[in-house]
Amino acid sequence: MTNHWRDIKHADLILINGANPAEAHPVGFQWFVKAKLDPTKGPGSGGGAKIVHADPRYTRTSALADMYLRIRTGTDVAYFGGLINYVLQNKLYHEDYVKNYTNASFIVKQGFDFKDGLFSGYNASTRSYDTSTWTYETEGAALDGPAGSTQAPAKRDKTLQDPRTVFQLLVKHYSRYTPEMVSSITGIPVDQFMQVAKLVGEMGKPDKVMTIVYAVGLTHHTTGGQLIRSAALLQLLLGNMGRPGGGMNAERGHANIQGNTDHAISWEILPGYLRIPAPGQKNLDGYVAASAPKKSDPNSWNFFGTNYRNFMVSLLKAWYGAKATKDNEYAYDFIPKPAVNSSWMSIYDQALKGKMEGVILSGMTATSIGPDSNQVLQALTKLKWLVVFDAFPTTSSEFWRAPGMDAAKINTEVFMLPATHWIEKDGSFVNSGRWSQWKEQVLPPDGDARHDHWITADIFDRVKTLYRNQGGKFPDPIMAMTLDYKDPKKPELDEIAKEINGKDLSTGSQMTSFANLKADGTTTAGDWIYTGSYPDAGNLMKRRNGVQNIQQNDPTGMGFFPQWAWSWPLNRRVMYNRASADLDGKPWDPKRPGIQWNGTTWVGDVPDYPATMNPKDPAAWLPFIMNGEGVGRLFSNSMLDGPFPEHYEPYEAPIANPLHPQQSEDPVAFLYDQAAGRPNRFGKVDKYPYVATSYRLTEHEHYITQQVPLLVGLQPQAFVEVPQELADEKGIKNGDRVRVSSERGKLEVSALVTKRLGPVTLAGNKKVYQIGIPIHWGFIGVSAEQNPERSKYWLANALTPMVGDVGARTPEFKAFLVNIEKF
Amino acid sequence: MKEVTRREFLKLGAAGTAGLALVPLANPLGFDIRAAKKRAIEMRIAGAKEIHSICPYCAVGCALIAYTKQVNGKTQLLQIEGDPDSPVNEGRLCPKGATAMQLATSSRRVEKPLYRAPGSSKWEEKSWDFVLDKIAQNIKGSRDNTFVAQDANGNVVNRTEGVAFAGGAAFSSEEGYFATKVMRTLGIVHIEQQARV
Repeated sequence: MTNHWRDIKHADLILINGANPAEAHPVGFQWFVKAKLDPTKGPGSGGGAKIVHADPRYTRTSALADMYLRIRTGTDVAYFGGLINYVLQNKLYHEDYVKNYTNASFIVKQGFDFKDGLFSGYNASTRSYDTSTWTYETEGAALDGPAGSTQAPAKRDKTLQDPRTVFQLLVKHYSRYTPEMVSSITGIPVDQFMQVAKLVGEMGKPDKVMTIVYAVGLTHHTTGGQLIRSAALLQLLLGNMGRPGGGMNAERGHANIQGNTDHAISWEILPGYLRIPAPGQKNLDGYVAASAPKKSDPNSWNFFGTNYRNFMVSLLKAWYGAKATKDNEYAYDFIPKPAVNSSWMSIYDQALKGKMEGVILSGMTATSIGPDSNQVLQALTKLKWLVVFDAFPTTSSEFWRAPGMDAAKINTEVFMLPATHWIEKDGSFVNSGRWSQWKEQVLPPDGDARHDHWITADIFDRVKTLYRNQGGKFPDPIMAMTLDYKDPKKPELDEIAKEINGKDLSTGSQMTSFANLKADGTTTAGDWIYTGSYPDAGNLMKRRNGVQNIQQNDPTGMGFFPQWAWSWPLNRRVMYNRASADLDGKPWDPKRPGIQWNGTTWVGDVPDYPATMNPKDPAAWLPFIMNGEGVGRLFSNSMLDGPFPEHYEPYEAPIANPLHPQQSEDPVAFLYDQAAGRPNRFGKVDKYPYVATSYRLTEHEHYITQQVPLLVGLQPQAFVEVPQELADEKGIKNGDRVRVSSERGKLEVSALVTKRLGPVTLAGNKKVYQIGIPIHWGFIGVSAEQNPERSKYWLANALTPMVGDVGARTPEFKAFLVNIEKF
Repeated sequence: MKEVTRREFLKLGAAGTAGLALVPLANPLGFDIRAAKKRAIEMRIAGAKEIHSICPYCAVGCALIAYTKQVNGKTQLLQIEGDPDSPVNEGRLCPKGATAMQLATSSRRVEKPLYRAPGSSKWEEKSWDFVLDKIAQNIKGSRDNTFVAQDANGNVVNRTEGVAFAGGAAFSSEEGYFATKVMRTLGIVHIEQQARV
């Protein structure tokens, strides 16, 4: 989230797409309800807000919304594209914001084009784009600054009239997204769409603000990145980024995905969203030149780009200590450089190819998560060894005795290590709103269970001993890695939290701000975005000054609660908050200030800006300090599938793309089976006529709650939701056993016949049904034990395809084709 | 009617009958059942230690209070409830958070390190030393087998291609950071968690 849970109550309008907060994040949803219902506040002050929920399924979120739109899954780019078009055609955008805080006025290079569903630069044989035309016309020479750290500024037309301005290209691109086209793609009736467009169109006024809330219903598509970007473009046009009550707010699904992404349990980044170095970036110069944003405006601070090397060297010093020296480029060569995408699906793809020997799952399951669980099970059989650390058995630790598997033929050596659970250890959880909240250890480890990080530390110690005694490939980083803990085999999470924060090696003091990190080896920071969380004064994530004294603990009244836990960066509660105020530093809406200039300093939230920089100074920085341009990007070459979001159909779709049927799907999505030379596992609409999507229920959380009898009691068995009209057509009654099949596998579960799902009408007259599949069941857990025969085909992800979007490689869990039969 | 938080409620209760008279009647039966509820909670957690935690499920980040007591030298968990001071949840919990105690005290845990030999159809209980030594040997073996120091273009890449690591989304952040550090140091490039799945 750019904002945070409590902030949602400040919105005038809440768009919810690809999410069901009332059921999946019920306690967070109280802030949506407060935005709407708080009787003590008027509209614009935390009451009177409207909620619009676009979802294939009518849920409890829809029940509390002012408008529910039945949208076909995976078509949200068309929905947001239609809203962008409406806002542009009717000049309802926030003009001052668009002109000054975005790249709308920048001139795009000759040669950039979009035709027949393809952007310029497409290469069909490599299924990739040459993005060299997706950039600006520049004027003059590169700006002053260290070599390679700057670019020439873009040409502008502040009147926004030049046909090659970002603005005019945006108008042209989205002019195709008429209400009729939106309806034909999404299934939302034109009149309903127009009602929403009118509500959204009001939100470009400076004293109005809208938030967009989403979850994995937007990310789990081959267009996942662009689905989110399309919503973000709308927010930039309406001037809603950086403002309380605004922003782009992703609801994370697990207690600490946020923290573990920040700390880079993710192949493509190092802690703090530093890019993983690529082959050919031979040294720190090469790495920084290829990775850091480049300053391209004299008024751009380019804070991230300017500090990239400071952050990277401080990370290397935290990891390799005395062995990271100026002479060895601070041990830059110790960081492995992947050749190709190494994300989730790639792990199992490599295993299927016989190139992966071992997998360590530390609190994670492969089989249930999928996609294409049957293929994942095959991948696990091809490993030499599999290690699972978990508190409970999982469908991965037990994969060798999954239904249909023959253990005698599976040569994978499997280890199941009993790990502690959250209640048995301390440490921080970072919520969706980036609040890093420290928890204490409540119970001692159960029986023989050990902490995941102690198991990891112990294994590392044993590997190190083996290298010391036997030698082996490049032991240098293993020998050099810092273990500055009282017991290197049992590091305390408090000690690690201090390491993450970093210290000044010349004084021994903890760092207080990442602005002070250096590239000369005199500072450390395990993750620069957490620098400031643990100064000498102590662990700020433990702070607990909350609603027990609202007046004292929320001095601005804006719900920031600056002394409750700590949020990155620098305890800032709303990101990009310089954009919450106008050029002179006055809040766009005085009732809902983020930060404001009081004549000498910025007050309010922790400013995303120098604290005493006078906004009227001609040299004052532009608002988006992390970008090279200093402004929000309506057009960007950082996406691999296009500088503007475009609607493409899911890889399994019931219709051809109404915008460009000859280029129906995303042309650069990654097709794992095809790329590996394996047989195609996609199905077609003639055999699989129904659209399926998957989701969670309130009573379960992925798979762990299959171990909690009270929750199994509330939602005891696997089922699918079937629209009433389809059930009538197929003779399926509530409670009947049904087989749901895709080209990849099947489910055998009960049918829940419901009016919450219904048909959508697409492409003029094609009626299409959507089926809903909760994900929680498998062959492990209380429910499976009670139903040993019935639970054989309960893995929802047996149905889902192994295809991912080009950038993030997020699987298309949320839109695929199935058939359903009673049996 | 203004909602009375549990903390306020306990305070009001502490003022005795005069305090209770200030609480508007909330029950159509005509008597205030909250006094009885308060007493039940107090009896349950009397003398207990109050410890702060966070819900392990979704990422709303609801703050929890756990109450424990030492019984015969063992820590006994008496109750988990929402923390009324939190600006995130203000004491509220969903069905999952409200049953967190059953997860915390589950008898369904894996008890001992388990090992399944290639081709075997059963688990064998093993010592920690047995499994950790074997895993360390496997990691070293696979690392040495699949390590690429330089790619075909002569670039130094120092990567282990044949081992993957996936970390949990219910790790503490600090555990996650430590895992990243160790795995990259081993040269592993296939590093993932729940973010994209």
